[in-house]
Amino acid sequence: MIDVIGRRAIASVEAVGRVGHFLMDMVRALPDVRTWARPTIVQMRRIGVDSIPVTLFIAAFTGVVLALQASYTFTGAVPLYFVGTLVGKTMMLELGPVICGLALAGRVGASMAAELGTMKVTEQVDALETLAYDPHAYLVVPRVLAGTAIFPVIIAFAMATGIVTGWLTSLALLDLSTPDFLKGLKLFYRFKDVWFGLFKSATFGFTITCVGCIVGLATRGGAEGVGKSTTRAVVYSAVLILLLDAFWAVVLL
Amino acid sequence: MIEFQDVHKAFADNPVLQGLSLKIRDAETVVIIGYSGTGKSVALKHIVGLLHPDAGDVIVDGQAVATLDRDGLTLLRQGIGYVFQFAALFDSLTVAENLALGLRRRGLGEEEIEDRVREALALVDLSGTEGRMPAELSGGMRKRVGIARAIALRPRYILYDEPTTGLDPVTAAVIDRLMVRTREHLGVTGVVVTHDMRSAYAVGDRIAMLYEGRIRQVGTVTEIQETEDPVVRQFIEGRPE
Repeated sequence: MIDVIGRRAIASVEAVGRVGHFLMDMVRALPDVRTWARPTIVQMRRIGVDSIPVTLFIAAFTGVVLALQASYTFTGAVPLYFVGTLVGKTMMLELGPVICGLALAGRVGASMAAELGTMKVTEQVDALETLAYDPHAYLVVPRVLAGTAIFPVIIAFAMATGIVTGWLTSLALLDLSTPDFLKGLKLFYRFKDVWFGLFKSATFGFTITCVGCIVGLATRGGAEGVGKSTTRAVVYSAVLILLLDAFWAVVLL
Repeated sequence: MIEFQDVHKAFADNPVLQGLSLKIRDAETVVIIGYSGTGKSVALKHIVGLLHPDAGDVIVDGQAVATLDRDGLTLLRQGIGYVFQFAALFDSLTVAENLALGLRRRGLGEEEIEDRVREALALVDLSGTEGRMPAELSGGMRKRVGIARAIALRPRYILYDEPTTGLDPVTAAVIDRLMVRTREHLGVTGVVVTHDMRSAYAVGDRIAMLYEGRIRQVGTVTEIQETEDPVVRQFIEGRPE
């Protein structure tokens, strides 16, 4: 029993050490702009453009459901224009960043872990090193920078989409007029709602891409190892997103 | 010159190199032979600093590789070409981009990069494949692109990790001829890791047998072919007992 606890404690400390090492290597690679500049643009395009359809799809249906559930909850007790308030606040503060963050953990985190894992087991990462490249500058920095910068943009589109579909649902199914929906939307609006959601999204982007890179570059074995890394990246990212979500709520709200 | 000085390396509790000492002189090709899993590729990776010894030193041009900082290692690697066992071409890049990547790192202009890529591909008889993706190439072609990627850098040393493994005899002979041609044309020092004896005899100036983590015997091709050492004889003759 003590043996198992001891081994797990050592493994946890080692994992923390690996993450620290990874972050240090990444910071050390930052001055090598010549290496990471071009791949960062490629990654921004890849993460951004490829993630937009799935994110908007999720956000659109979230907006519809939010409007319907709000009206169901408010019936008779709260004025219906509060549907606008609830849809707006929830999309900006919570559901936009978190639901889309979780979806992107699956799409972006998994694909990064799989890509880097495959590069690792087929010696492409070693090949990069022998060509005098720092793998952190060529592979990690572009992905992390692109993820951190582009996630808020994607989530901003998701927020807008959710609010628009919530509004359309209110018009079509709830007998709520546009002025009433807008009245509710503006009622408790604060600029902090937007920047809080977008800031949170940037930290999700940073976390998902870091996890994808750390897990991918630590891949061992063949196809089985790549599969395990992919699963691990999604699970770790999802857990970290939920922890970060709670953390920022405590610290910033 | 490359020199292994009493190098020890273990992975977890599994000792791989146990006192490896070997000198590779300038402009010669040394072939390291040995059973699978005896640490041949591990030895090769020490030369470019992909692995560091637990004890002992690997000296390249008078510098201990393990003591080099990041910049020193970058400088060292710019003089070494490495041909990987399965070519390790970058899947997402075309053949030309694979070759250009290392050249771009060395700060060459785009025109010179294009010339070098064309020249290196011609040397491995793969002119016209510039725009193809690695997935569209056969195993032999991938290995030749791997060699071209190393040659294009015009390195002082080329390290070959199992260059003929998994290839048919004719393609293997093509790769052997290519390695000889590379040495003759470019005058580079070569280290070849293989267990293909036909290839070892074809390309090596000297052959060193790695056995139980250290060099069992090193000598010219003739010396190895005429050896009295029972372990080396068994290996080169491929006898099961």
